[in-house]
Amino acid sequence: MRIAITGISGRFGRLLARRLHRRHAVVGIDRRPYHERPADVELHQIDIRRQRCEDIFRAGGFDAVVHLNVMHDPRASSEDHHTFNIRGTTRVMEYCVRYAIPKLVLLSSANVYGPRAENPQFLTEDAPLMGGTRFGEIRDLIALDMCAQSFFWKHPDVATVILRPVHIVGAVRNAPSNYLRLEHIPRLAGFDPMLQIIHEADVADAIAAALEPGVRGVYNVAGCAPVPLSVLLRMTGRPTIDFPHFLAEAAVERLWRLRLTSFPAPEVDHLRYVCMVDDAPFRAATGFRAVNDLDATMAHLRLTSAADLR
Amino acid sequence: MSALGSIDLSRALHHAEAIGRVLRGLELTVERRVPADLIDRIDSLKADLAGRPTDDFGYDPEAIKPLAPVLAWLYYEYFRVQTFGLHDLPAGRVLFVSNHSGQIPIDGMMIGSALLFESRPPRAVRSMIERWVPSLPFVSTFFARLGQVLGTPENCRTLLEQDEAVLVFPEGVRGISKTYDKAYRLQEFGHGFMRLALENQTPIVPVAVVGAEEQYPALWNLEPLARLLSLPAVPITPLFPLTGLLGLLPLPVRYRIHFGRPMYFSGDPHEEEAALHDRVLQVKQAIQDMLDRGVAEREHIFW
Repeated sequence: MRIAITGISGRFGRLLARRLHRRHAVVGIDRRPYHERPADVELHQIDIRRQRCEDIFRAGGFDAVVHLNVMHDPRASSEDHHTFNIRGTTRVMEYCVRYAIPKLVLLSSANVYGPRAENPQFLTEDAPLMGGTRFGEIRDLIALDMCAQSFFWKHPDVATVILRPVHIVGAVRNAPSNYLRLEHIPRLAGFDPMLQIIHEADVADAIAAALEPGVRGVYNVAGCAPVPLSVLLRMTGRPTIDFPHFLAEAAVERLWRLRLTSFPAPEVDHLRYVCMVDDAPFRAATGFRAVNDLDATMAHLRLTSAADLR
Repeated sequence: MSALGSIDLSRALHHAEAIGRVLRGLELTVERRVPADLIDRIDSLKADLAGRPTDDFGYDPEAIKPLAPVLAWLYYEYFRVQTFGLHDLPAGRVLFVSNHSGQIPIDGMMIGSALLFESRPPRAVRSMIERWVPSLPFVSTFFARLGQVLGTPENCRTLLEQDEAVLVFPEGVRGISKTYDKAYRLQEFGHGFMRLALENQTPIVPVAVVGAEEQYPALWNLEPLARLLSLPAVPITPLFPLTGLLGLLPLPVRYRIHFGRPMYFSGDPHEEEAALHDRVLQVKQAIQDMLDRGVAEREHIFW
């Protein structure tokens, strides 16, 4: 298969390229450079929104596109974010239709459902995307997810797969991994919600599974068995600090303004309420099973954080 | 000065000794009444987790152990619970459907204790709790560890699929907050439990709790105040608020818990409400019959 990966130069993009390039021809598109790129991976260093990008798709002869080019930086201005994410995604969709690319895989997130007091323990794909009620920054991802869903219905000739994985843990720079890497890990006194995490390599496997012919639709992706937050924190071996929840949000808000933390205040809700998913449909459709259990995933996190320090 | 001090000291010691004796006596009664195999029973529930720290909902049987003496004291000493029909329970998934009464959900706690202390094999009861509980610090974690689950249809379905024993109170707040003039008269039943039972072909065990109605016999419910404090109800009882804190204690009524024969239903779980109504009424009638019989047969409220 000839596969285009947008956003290939990110940590997860590189991981996915390494996972796929031996079995498939991989073509990367990213405005950032790709260091230590495998020799057989082709790279086009270009902004996905540029007109010239269309040529890559026109001439590419791709069998599938994996769209990872989604900005998650909560510090970036919301306008930048929005045009980059939504414009970029709609462009990729247009190219898929125009150049008859049969498969499109998008990486959304289980966070689109949002941590809420009234959530059932396991959310199915039909659950409303309520993540944006309190957390404005995630509205982009929700808009993107919805955009992909409407594309799915309008263009049945493109097999679109939208994956909503739980908290991805590993070398990636995202909120859950950053949180578990903190020297002193804050938590909310008296709250110990159940959490699901997934090893980044398992997410790459899930994408590989989604690339198989016949797979289409919106799927939750889960990795390790759910555990209480306290169990995860114990596994990090780091000291934890308890804050009363009514102070925590205001404090994080203040720290965020002062640029002393990388966590937007509403994300604190993840330490309070459950936001777990039921992944049975994806397992049934693809036979996907996460390889890494909790011990392996947390060991990987420790290892990658240690490597980062060096 | 020193003489005065020594007198005070000896008096204090005397009091301390008396208190100590009472506490030791209490401890002894509790120890005597904790079933010898209780820890084994809890451990057998723990075995179901197959080495995981908790189940998917955060339930950890280990958390019951420190509470077991208190539960046993409430069960055997304070409420002196009597159970009926506990030995005809189906194995595997089961839905306990009970009347709800007594202002605070001690009925749920006693049903759970009965199934832990007396049923063979012991069952962990997963009751469906109110929607505001997850936003309370400590309480939310505590309830989750004890196996209580947020009451949504999805959660109930998940538990039944995992062959758990689920306890529901289809009357909800209508039942637990009712005043004493409606004692032992079942209030309107929700239909959700019947859909869930049909979906998973789950046997329904009707449960009638006799005694809880008298623990806080509410003469009047101060609804405006309840709304103001966002509480489900503010009951006025003969002892509350007249006797202050003492009025907050539930009366030491005797609990009698009747477990009915399992009821099996079949049909389309997605039928309209009206079509389910008859089957819901059958369950309701089974509970009402047990309640009527139980109330008629008991000789006294307190013993």
